Amino acid sequence: MSTELIIALIKSNIVLAVLLTNTILLIWLERKLVAGMQSRVGPDRAGPFGILQTVADAIKLLLKEQIMPLKADRAMYLLAPIIALVPSFLIFMIIPLGPDLNIEIGGKNYMVDFVGADLNVGVLYFLALSSIAVYSVVLAGWSSGSKYPLLGGVRASAQMISYEAAMGLSLVPVILYSGSLSLVDIVSSQSGNLSTTVPILSSIVSFIPNWNIFPQFIAFGIFFIAAVAEVNRAPFDLVEAEQELVGGFHTEYSGFRFAMFFLAEYINMFNMCAITATFFLGGWLGPTFDGFLPPILSAIMPIIWLGVKTFALLFIFVWIRATLPRLRYDQLMELGWKRLIPASLVWLILSAIVLGLREFGLPWS
Amino acid sequence: MVEALLFFAPASLIIIGALIVIFARNPVHNAMGLVLTLVSLAIIYITLNATFVAMVQMLVYAGAVMTLFLFVIMMIGVDKKEQSTDSIKGQTFLVIGVFLILISLLAYVAVSSEFKWDLWFPPVEYDLEGTPQLIAGVLFTEWIFPFEIISILLIVATAAAIALAYDTKKKNSNA
Repeated sequence: MSTELIIALIKSNIVLAVLLTNTILLIWLERKLVAGMQSRVGPDRAGPFGILQTVADAIKLLLKEQIMPLKADRAMYLLAPIIALVPSFLIFMIIPLGPDLNIEIGGKNYMVDFVGADLNVGVLYFLALSSIAVYSVVLAGWSSGSKYPLLGGVRASAQMISYEAAMGLSLVPVILYSGSLSLVDIVSSQSGNLSTTVPILSSIVSFIPNWNIFPQFIAFGIFFIAAVAEVNRAPFDLVEAEQELVGGFHTEYSGFRFAMFFLAEYINMFNMCAITATFFLGGWLGPTFDGFLPPILSAIMPIIWLGVKTFALLFIFVWIRATLPRLRYDQLMELGWKRLIPASLVWLILSAIVLGLREFGLPWS
Repeated sequence: MVEALLFFAPASLIIIGALIVIFARNPVHNAMGLVLTLVSLAIIYITLNATFVAMVQMLVYAGAVMTLFLFVIMMIGVDKKEQSTDSIKGQTFLVIGVFLILISLLAYVAVSSEFKWDLWFPPVEYDLEGTPQLIAGVLFTEWIFPFEIISILLIVATAAAIALAYDTKKKNSNA
């Protein structure tokens, strides 16, 4: 086997391990945070601070009986959880975790880029895979052969298609600013500090990092709202509104198949936050403290910075869930089609005009 | 070796997907067969270094168009059984006849000396990649006029669809 293949295999295994253990941490963190915001204790029995509660839950789900409804469409019923899980793992592959590493194996130097795959169409890859993820919800809802999941599936597909449009459109100005569809290039275009031509502002502005969130704050807002809706989290969780639809599209799933949907939801949430951090918050960029810290520690600083940004966004996800009531269905559609999509179109045109002026100057001069 | 595997695996999936589209009884299964075909076709595009076309294929056809198909199939009810009687007299014989003609044509091509059974792909160094920059460069300079015409055509079609839907809704509310 060639070394490149081995490196690729190691990378895929690391991604798998990181995403799975990270989900355990994430579920515990969410339960603890929501409990804190609602003046409850939350899980506190299994392990220190109840951190092993998720492990216990996972074992419980693995050992449970798996029930399939008699009227279920067998093939599609079994396929749906797999379609849910696969894109969530694949999306993480394109998120850059750090700068290129130089590794010496057997006297040879290998440049290992700290990203699963640096695609020159990375943004499109992300959008394509998140549109594939819609199938899992639709198929799970339809194949269960039951009314509540079908309603949940129809709702979910309409919601995810609507917000995908807003999400894609809000990313276009970011692509215009960065001049690339590759996530690695988008991160490196955000290095350095902000600069401005206005002389008074330049001394203040030069302390602020050159992240896309500052020139593109409206695109960030639209993208973040669409991301919350895309992963079907509160306040956009009409898909599984328990008062109306019991459990939504996964009502008829039990045991490990339910756990696969659960896992996919949390991995998608983590992916969305990591992608938001990459597009708008500079990704892995941050001070590495080269002189002060030992070299190993400063080498993993980029991962720590990306983690800090991602978990800050995840905290906002949980905070929103604990704070806001669920939207009504017509309000949801109105927000998507009548607010977010026109706003992102206007913002796209404004960004294009500003970039055009910067590039070519005023048309009459 | 790897190239051959990367060709034959998605190629056989394309054929399996196409067969599901034709033979499956359930409309949802048909739609999923088409999705399989479209996604496998995207893999073939990637092996041809046309990454942009592959991603657009996934995003537009597999992602958007087929989701809408599935949505419509679910909305209009999938429990209706398809009619299995022939709508054209002697349909079965006609199909078999056309199939035989097609097979004999393909066999002629395969046997004739013009065709080479060169299925082992020589490693080709591509100097041309289907990158977005390249496609955009051609699309927005050389082909800008047809491109704009097509976009106007699409807007006209969308506006027409909205106008048609709006009119019937108004009549219904008046009546």
